[in-house]
Amino acid sequence: MSESMGAKWRPKRVSLFSTCLVDQFYPEVGESVVRMLERLGVEVDFPEGQTCCGQPAFNSGYLEDARAVARRFLDVFDGEHPIVVPSGSCCAMVRNFYAELFHDEPETLERAAQVSARLYEFSEFLVDVIGRADAGGRMDCSAAYHQCCHLLREIGVDAQPKALLSGISGMELRRLERAEVCCGFGGTFSVKMSDISTAMLDEKLDNVEASGADVLIAGDAGCIMHMAGGLRRRGSDIRVAHLAQVLDESGGGPAAARPGSRPA
Amino acid sequence: MADPRLNSALEYVFEGFHKGRISAAAATTDWEAQRTLGRAIKEHTIAHLDYYLGQLADNVTGNGGNIFFARDAEEANQYVLGVAKRGNVRTVIKSKSMVSEEMGLNHALEAAGVEAVETDLGEYIIQLAGETPYHIIAPAIHKSKEEVSGLLAAKSGGERMSRAEDLTMQARAQLREVFKRAGMSVTGANFAVAESGSIVLVTNEGNGRMATSAPRIHVAVMGMEKVAPSIADMSILLRILIRSATGQRISSYVTMVNGPRRSDEEDGPEEFHLVVLDNNRSRLLADPAMREALYCIRCGACMNACPVYRKVGGHSYGWVYPGPIGAVVTPALTDLDAGKDLPFASTLCGACREACPVKIDLPRMLLELRAKAVESSGTKAEAAVWRSWRAGMTGRSKFDLAARSARWALRLFARGGWIKRAPPPLRGWTASRDFPLPAGRSLRARFKRRKPERGK
Repeated sequence: MSESMGAKWRPKRVSLFSTCLVDQFYPEVGESVVRMLERLGVEVDFPEGQTCCGQPAFNSGYLEDARAVARRFLDVFDGEHPIVVPSGSCCAMVRNFYAELFHDEPETLERAAQVSARLYEFSEFLVDVIGRADAGGRMDCSAAYHQCCHLLREIGVDAQPKALLSGISGMELRRLERAEVCCGFGGTFSVKMSDISTAMLDEKLDNVEASGADVLIAGDAGCIMHMAGGLRRRGSDIRVAHLAQVLDESGGGPAAARPGSRPA
Repeated sequence: MADPRLNSALEYVFEGFHKGRISAAAATTDWEAQRTLGRAIKEHTIAHLDYYLGQLADNVTGNGGNIFFARDAEEANQYVLGVAKRGNVRTVIKSKSMVSEEMGLNHALEAAGVEAVETDLGEYIIQLAGETPYHIIAPAIHKSKEEVSGLLAAKSGGERMSRAEDLTMQARAQLREVFKRAGMSVTGANFAVAESGSIVLVTNEGNGRMATSAPRIHVAVMGMEKVAPSIADMSILLRILIRSATGQRISSYVTMVNGPRRSDEEDGPEEFHLVVLDNNRSRLLADPAMREALYCIRCGACMNACPVYRKVGGHSYGWVYPGPIGAVVTPALTDLDAGKDLPFASTLCGACREACPVKIDLPRMLLELRAKAVESSGTKAEAAVWRSWRAGMTGRSKFDLAARSARWALRLFARGGWIKRAPPPLRGWTASRDFPLPAGRSLRARFKRRKPERGK
């Protein structure tokens, strides 16, 4: 982590790609992202035309429908500022899978590469771009971290959220067995193959309950919706939160003002 | 998924294999470099497959053996039957071979009146049970000790044993009789080496060595992708295969066979035959998007890593190859209906690609196969759903309108912001999970009304 602790670059302004799930189901996650960025001195704009990156249709094999939505995404996010997205999965769609989707459209491919180069997952932006692994404040709780599949294995973001979490004082990080194993969400898989999805979720939630954590933290709204829905059905009062929410609620952000912390 | 005892027993075994691979990888210097090298060897070999198969054929024949290229399972079976018939063979012993499962060879032999007996302990057990392998490395992993005891006792007409050691000795005694009377063996081949005309077998029980040396005739069957250019290349692949399969540094036995017995040798078969099977592998070879499925060295690591395989088990994949690699090759190698659904039975979590010793991008190929399935057999109803999704996602006001309508409809089912029983298409979700009601106001709406925080 040491090499990413120092800011390499401090953009004044970023565009927020909220993702359709955060926009419609978890706007509070988006608000936490915005507050964190602003407290760190980064202005945020919200491109108003945004909807979705096209992943649901792409994953279902409907490539033409996915392309139509993806092209629109590229139009909406055309520009110069970095783009921040609080999702490993949607980041992976643009960064990794647009190349598959547009492999025989050289012009779109080029635009996709330009947009991808500006796109950062939330924790990646905080730690790798502006060098603020110390952005957390204080939150007294015990927490477990679930490693979302696309965040971990598609875009390789794992050290960044862990660094941010370990920077929150008062938070006791519990060991979560098999934290890297899928929760069984998988988009339409969760509905179409409900039995398999449920068996995977049950194993995940058994491990979450065994961890003894009060808060389960993850970096993707799809996984959050799945695990929270399963915990609620179990009658569990474990809270499921996005990384941005716990950072925000911990009073994180203006770490430069805290004694002993590293200047931004 | 229905049997919790079986499920937890299997979970234990798969986790053992999975952790074994991870610690073997951690203990290997330059593991990542070796994976990269292994992949490069496979890329090169598959790109020049005609050349290396030609070289292999020359060297197998030069060593005094025979080679036969079979277009499909039927041709391969007919060849093996022909060899058995000419040699007046009544009993064939088999050493573990997934390709012979693919051919349905045991059935073909038995139908022709030739006894075929599996000699790998796991394969022997599932043969007694009349089943197919549950896992490519551990075929009888789903069988409890009690079931094995019943199967072996029924075979010998003797008493039921209960200790694993006694069961093994019982199977050993039964198999020893078969080894004595077998006139021919059929084995697989983990690799064939083009430059030397050798085949390589990786086993832990010694039955492979018995099978390749005791009977008069030895027939090896392999998929056409199993060729490696040189002994040096094969050694790299062997290293990553064994570590990825069982976590061992080397298996108990690695057997290299260089054709039939020579005049100056004491042991070995009089005849050696190598059957190289296509069986639609040419389809994979011809399709740049699917070609890397031919890089597979059949270690089983993708299965051990796959959370779906670990829940549904090896008999849910409809053909002989289970797990992520099965979900990729079954639709390509067969025209089975079962194969069409397989690419959809995945969360695309990427655990298989991470585990694969030759870095096969299995999730990418599953996506490719999904698109192909939609193209060839997608329903009009589903296409209409995605068309309306697209309409809603290509305009922000349409998106907001669609979201508001969905929320309005879902509110009828919600209490306290959660839905316990949703209408279709969300019924599958609420079978086991609560579904959240969408927020009253979207982030976009909230963003418009806010005052920015002050940065420091």
